[in-house]
Amino acid sequence: MSRADAPTAETGRRTRRPGGGPRPRKGWTARRRDLLAGYLFVAPQLLGSVLFVLVPLALVFWYSFHEWNVLVGSFEFTGTANYERLAADPALPGVLAATATFSAGLVALNLSLALALAVLLNQKLRGTVVFRTLFFSPVAVTLVAWTIVWRFLLQDDGGVNGLLSAIGTDGPNWLRGETTAMIAVIVVQVLKNVGLNMVLFLAALQGVPHELYEASMLDGAGRWTRFRRITVPMISPTILLTSIITVVGSLQVFAQIDVLTGGGPGTSTTVLVYYLYQNAFQFHDFGYGATLSVLLFAIVLVLTVVQWQMRRKWVVHED
Amino acid sequence: MKTERSGRAKLVLYGLLCLLAVPFVFPTWWMVTSSLKPANEIFAFPPSLWPGDPSLDAYGRVFDFAPFAQQYFNSMYIAAVVTVGTLAVSSLAGYAFARIRFPGHNALFLVILVGLLIPSEVTIVPLFQMFNSWGMIDTHWPLLLVPIFGAPSVLATLIMRQFFIALPVEIEEAGRMDGLGRFALYARIALPLSRPALGAVAIFSFLHSWNLYLEPVVFLSTPEKFTLPQALTQFVDAYGGPMWDVQLSAATMSALPVVIVFVIAQRQFVEGLAHTGIKG
Repeated sequence: MSRADAPTAETGRRTRRPGGGPRPRKGWTARRRDLLAGYLFVAPQLLGSVLFVLVPLALVFWYSFHEWNVLVGSFEFTGTANYERLAADPALPGVLAATATFSAGLVALNLSLALALAVLLNQKLRGTVVFRTLFFSPVAVTLVAWTIVWRFLLQDDGGVNGLLSAIGTDGPNWLRGETTAMIAVIVVQVLKNVGLNMVLFLAALQGVPHELYEASMLDGAGRWTRFRRITVPMISPTILLTSIITVVGSLQVFAQIDVLTGGGPGTSTTVLVYYLYQNAFQFHDFGYGATLSVLLFAIVLVLTVVQWQMRRKWVVHED
Repeated sequence: MKTERSGRAKLVLYGLLCLLAVPFVFPTWWMVTSSLKPANEIFAFPPSLWPGDPSLDAYGRVFDFAPFAQQYFNSMYIAAVVTVGTLAVSSLAGYAFARIRFPGHNALFLVILVGLLIPSEVTIVPLFQMFNSWGMIDTHWPLLLVPIFGAPSVLATLIMRQFFIALPVEIEEAGRMDGLGRFALYARIALPLSRPALGAVAIFSFLHSWNLYLEPVVFLSTPEKFTLPQALTQFVDAYGGPMWDVQLSAATMSALPVVIVFVIAQRQFVEGLAHTGIKG
């Protein structure tokens, strides 16, 4: 663009509002050039989104209506057969129960621990920055490395049971019992990432005006009342944000389960993502894998929408 | 809530914080120190907090059992390319959505936002089929393309857009007076000012790529092409049992670069990730 164009470019920008009237011809070219720049700037992201997100999403639905075994090489339209199979799948109730337990446990533990740590670190106390770093540090450790270390610590003769026997109790063989394996995958995952939510909560807590607490103390409100009546409502937007992120994230957990339990013992920690992976890439049943993908997508969508709706109910203020 | 505390209350608080910190810190500490121990000392109880006879023996064996240097390089270059690619794609799109009112910008923004709702786990089956038909199975292309354009990049675009919206338009006026075109305004004025947002996106997309596990497991089959997370699980003996000392040395090496960055640039790291609010 030459120097002479500049003032007209400016005019073009100003008259952009609807009903701006006819523009000078030169302004049109400058404006057009600007609009073209807009399309060119978003083009990579837009085309990438279409190619690697939207087209695959459409294909997932399309594939789910097909009998498709990669090994056999069959690809045949079978209507809703896969969905009928889904409804009758004897393994599915267990998988959904494991998914629900894992997600609910993860979200509950993650959010409450994150909030507790944030409240502890929000005290007038020297050295809280050091503790913030320590609680956050697992985020920096490679996910699989973190999980491998925990698999070692959770063995029957590993560090966790060593610690338990030192204080006089016998720990279970964590990864071999159905309930304890589930607890283990939840706790290991929470410890890895709770630092993120903690930092978000800490920032929110620091934004609560101090006067609110002072006023309520004059009213004689206790510590717990102040927390419940002031802190929680004031940081409710952050609670909503973190819970949406954590819920959706919990449905994507794959590596930790693959490394720690391989979905076992039995199928006790086989969550939906893991079941999807097994069907598609171990049993090579792409048609049913796609059907399970549709189910996973539906769950993510419903949970996100439900939480977003809930904000009207209990999020006190927004921004 | 900040209140004055007595000495004893402080002591209780410090004690509680120290106790809570153990499960966060001990695994990493134990991983690093055990990687320096001989295999029999790893299982010793009570666990030694410091190796009695530190040796780098297991580190050497990591490279005997697997093409670990190659795998390390794979992870490094893939994460670097994903980071640079995400920064370019998301800052361009974020800038345009914040600054240029082209017809349809709202609709197009919504189209892109849909990506946030669709984790790559949902689309892994068709993605496999697509990359298969392009002859890209057992190559690094899927590990580069999907993160640069998929959900992580959509989040990055959202972050960049928010940042540019908050950046005063007046800053660009002088540049426009000088007759700068859009790309020059973006590259020479907006981009240099957006370092905090770029930093957040860089940390988050590097970590995302560095930790990626499902995609390499699905797309790669040759050990020379593996990335670190996948490689770490491969150190097993003839009976399928893990070779702990070798595995822990490899795990320590895989964690090293990010932990070093975390220690050096702790503030940017924590605030950057808090800014993106990545999934957990």
